[in-house]
Amino acid sequence: MSLFFIVALPFLGALLPGLMNAAGRAATAGVTFTVSLAAFVGLLTNLPSVLAGEVVMARVDWMPVLGLNFTLMLDGLGFFFALLILGIGLLIIAYARHYLSRDDNMGQFFTYLLLFQGAMVGIVLSDNILLLLIFWELTSLSSFLLIGYWKHLPEGRQGARMALTVTGMGGLAMIGGMLILGQIVGSYDLSVILQNRDLIQADPMYVPALILILLGCFTKSAQFPFHFWLPHAMAAPTPVSAYLHSATMVKAGIFLMARMWPVLSGTPEWFVIVTTAGLVTMCLGAVIALFKHDLKALLAFSTVSHLGLITMLLGTGTAFGAMAAMFHILNHATFKAALFMSAGIIDHEAHTRDIRRLGGLRTLMPVTFVIATLAALSMAGIPLLNGFLSKEMMLEEANHTVLFNIPWLVPALATFGSLFSAAYCFRLIGHTFFGPVRDDYPAKPHDPPAGLWLPPAFLVVLVVVIGVAPFLAEPFVKLVTASVLGEAADVPKAYFKIWHGLVPALFMSMAAVVGGLIMLALFNPALRAWDAAPRPEAKEIFEGIVETAAGLAQKLIQPLHNGAFSRYAAIGSVAIIGAGFHAWSTGSVGPATREMQAADPVAIAGWGMLVAATCGLVFLHRNRLLSLILIGIAGLMVSIGFVFFSAPDLAMTQFTVEVVTIILLLLALNFLPKHTPVESSVLRRVRDGAVALAGGIATFALSYHFLLRDAVATPISEFHLANSYKGGGGTNVVNVILVDFRGFDTYGEIIVLGIAALLIYALTQTLLGGPVRARLLNRKPDQARAGDMHPMMMVVLTRVIMPVVMMVGFYIFLRGHNEPGGGFIAGLVVSIGVVMQYMASGFSWASARLKYPYHGVIGAGVLVAGLTGIGSWFVGKPFLTSDFTYVRIPPFEKFELATAALFDVGVFLAVVGAVMLSLESFSRLARRAHEPETEHAMDIDPSRDPDNAKGAV
Amino acid sequence: MELLVASAIGIMTAAGLYLVLRLRTFPVILGISLLTYAVNVFLFASGRLTVGASPVLRDDVTVYTDPLPQALVLTAIVISFGMTAVVVMIGLGAFLGSNDDHVDDQPEEGKP
Repeated sequence: MSLFFIVALPFLGALLPGLMNAAGRAATAGVTFTVSLAAFVGLLTNLPSVLAGEVVMARVDWMPVLGLNFTLMLDGLGFFFALLILGIGLLIIAYARHYLSRDDNMGQFFTYLLLFQGAMVGIVLSDNILLLLIFWELTSLSSFLLIGYWKHLPEGRQGARMALTVTGMGGLAMIGGMLILGQIVGSYDLSVILQNRDLIQADPMYVPALILILLGCFTKSAQFPFHFWLPHAMAAPTPVSAYLHSATMVKAGIFLMARMWPVLSGTPEWFVIVTTAGLVTMCLGAVIALFKHDLKALLAFSTVSHLGLITMLLGTGTAFGAMAAMFHILNHATFKAALFMSAGIIDHEAHTRDIRRLGGLRTLMPVTFVIATLAALSMAGIPLLNGFLSKEMMLEEANHTVLFNIPWLVPALATFGSLFSAAYCFRLIGHTFFGPVRDDYPAKPHDPPAGLWLPPAFLVVLVVVIGVAPFLAEPFVKLVTASVLGEAADVPKAYFKIWHGLVPALFMSMAAVVGGLIMLALFNPALRAWDAAPRPEAKEIFEGIVETAAGLAQKLIQPLHNGAFSRYAAIGSVAIIGAGFHAWSTGSVGPATREMQAADPVAIAGWGMLVAATCGLVFLHRNRLLSLILIGIAGLMVSIGFVFFSAPDLAMTQFTVEVVTIILLLLALNFLPKHTPVESSVLRRVRDGAVALAGGIATFALSYHFLLRDAVATPISEFHLANSYKGGGGTNVVNVILVDFRGFDTYGEIIVLGIAALLIYALTQTLLGGPVRARLLNRKPDQARAGDMHPMMMVVLTRVIMPVVMMVGFYIFLRGHNEPGGGFIAGLVVSIGVVMQYMASGFSWASARLKYPYHGVIGAGVLVAGLTGIGSWFVGKPFLTSDFTYVRIPPFEKFELATAALFDVGVFLAVVGAVMLSLESFSRLARRAHEPETEHAMDIDPSRDPDNAKGAV
Repeated sequence: MELLVASAIGIMTAAGLYLVLRLRTFPVILGISLLTYAVNVFLFASGRLTVGASPVLRDDVTVYTDPLPQALVLTAIVISFGMTAVVVMIGLGAFLGSNDDHVDDQPEEGKP
């Protein structure tokens, strides 16, 4: 199966569980399992090529200019991780089916899980590091959803937020590191980067890049000092913990270190940072784990400790270390997932995970006992189980590692960590399963149904099989190691065996196991000492830092963003003017290249009216009705200005828009107060005046300067003028630009217009559905109503004029391609014609005669325009390529038929729909209770009411 | 002529800014409308001013004004209608919901 499908399947499949929710829990889990299984099988179909040592590639150029391409790569390492992610994912899905209760929304859970799975598979298969970063962030986001799945638990929400903050910050650092790396190599493709070890390590930016990338890895893989988020993420449902913390999320950091191993490792910086962090994490995690009473917390810290172990192995920079790391990843994934699932079973059956309240479960839950004990003994490093093998390799490697020139340091710490590791494993077994059977369990524990214990049992079988017959796993681990090492080193010859002879590692291992048993015997005094010892609480420190940062940010932002819009507007204006002034004062202005054109009296008169209306508006704006008239004058003068300066299309548009805008504002003013009170102080008005004056002078100076200078470069308009007729088939260049050259822009614009109208409709619906409705219905108009609201003269006139308006609209539409006009203007003209019917004959009368809802008209418009664009695909042209031809039907003259006209129909419909939907929404607010709705167009109609008519005579 | 257009842009901007800084929704909306005019004329003027040379191709004419800014401004005018309508609706909804058409958050009762 193509790699694209393997990555895409979980993402696409994520839609299904949510849809299947109504079909029941089994169906939801079933469909999730099927999706995962399909991806898993797809991965397996690539196994032969991987085993043959090939690297499977798949590539689609996405943004080649940025170096961001959808490039996927499957080698041994990627295959190994994808196998873990999808394989353990299958077990987790089966387990979660039985784990989640009826109160949990299973569809949501599996949707999150599949999103997370897809993101993880994406990470391990990415060949492009920018693509990898995208998937990396996706895992942070989807794991946030998973960890916080139980939204009602505060711990869940806090844990999810902490995980997101820590891993998100690490992700940010890593973006920086990856960008530096890409800059050094000149490519963002991993396959290229991995070839350039010497170039990268010789670069002065190597250390910053290394530190930034490691920050990302360490936060993700919970390495000291970022280990604290992992235990808090345990508030998640157990299947999530088992999945995220055994095989996937926390292994992402490890994966990346392994992926980058050939180019980043081997330097002193890498060695010191990674090995130290790994060692400290391993020991710290092991010690804390021993003293945790919550089963999942114990497992969480043990995970931290084992991640430290793997990190330390990668840090040594030797081929043997890398091989031990890969082997331990496999082993850890098997026994840790089994242990998490066992902890979940105990929690599920005994209703507690507190070790102090458990004990004696050996006889009550024999199946769980066997599973958990085998997995825990493997973790402790007991022979014949897989944990022993990789732990031996780790101790062997530690024996050869010298840190800070102290030969005994690494071996001693490794033994120390193993000792505590063994101790907490023994405590887990001893204090949970052994001891006397108690009578105070919160619930009577018994073994769960097979659905819950089969998945961990399967993993434990693997634990034992690998432990007894390590040679089975050896070729696979060596294959993976080979792809980690790349060309940097050869795969070690060492064989995977249980018995290596009496080597130092064996003695260290024995010391650890014996020490672990002693530690367990001394547990109670040790616990008292631990509880008495002061130690920093990571959660409090983290929250302190977050609170301080939030406080600082608030101090900075509150004065600027205090909820006063006028303050934002003032700050924004001043900032823009300031930036403009800076550009002005630091730049230079060239000499004028154009001559000023003489102004004739007509132009001066128009300017005078515009200025008078604008100034009048400022001084008279408190009278709202008057200000509407004044702004109408300003708009009219602007339209006339467009006519004057050779822009007939603009003038027509501006003129018609002016009409609908004024109607709209009048409709709104119907509800609003008719006067604006004097509120601002004189000082404030002076301040606002100064800001306004500065802005005015700035725009004046800017426009005046560029109007007297030619463009710096040749405008592309020449192209449009030259090709409008030849290529677009129209002589009105503005219209051809709109429907042809820049048709895609126009397409976007009609969609925006439609969205705006729908937004207005939605807001109206919300208003009418809420408490506002009652107020509107009982509203007393603040002004006298007209006695005859729908006068006969007006009704008759608008109806007579309607066909004429339609005709004009049709004409303007048709001539648009060659003369001023087109879809936009025709749409506005027709809208005005329809609005007139509403105004004259009333809302109910007009809407009763409405055949098509305006939403539909908008939708039809966008659809027609879109389909016209898609149509060009069928002739092998890009979206929205237009074509035209000339036809002649006798006795008419020859005329043009262009597909662009069809597109213009879409524009027309969208404009009509949007304008009408907006205006209609406003007028729906105006209906009131005490005015009964009438379907009659005229209030006084002699033909309807003969008695009155007689009386009038 | 250039002086007239530039000064008109400046005056409309100044008036628009002043109205945008007012405290009630209606003048703010009017201010935004004025700013829209100013911005549209400004964009249009970036094609420089030409009298009597519409960008409609004719056989015997060789001088045309710049059509591109016109096409851009044409859609801008229609879109700005949509945006004005949305802003008016938001302002109206806020007023109907709270009987208050201030644009700024008002200090709550009992608080300074």
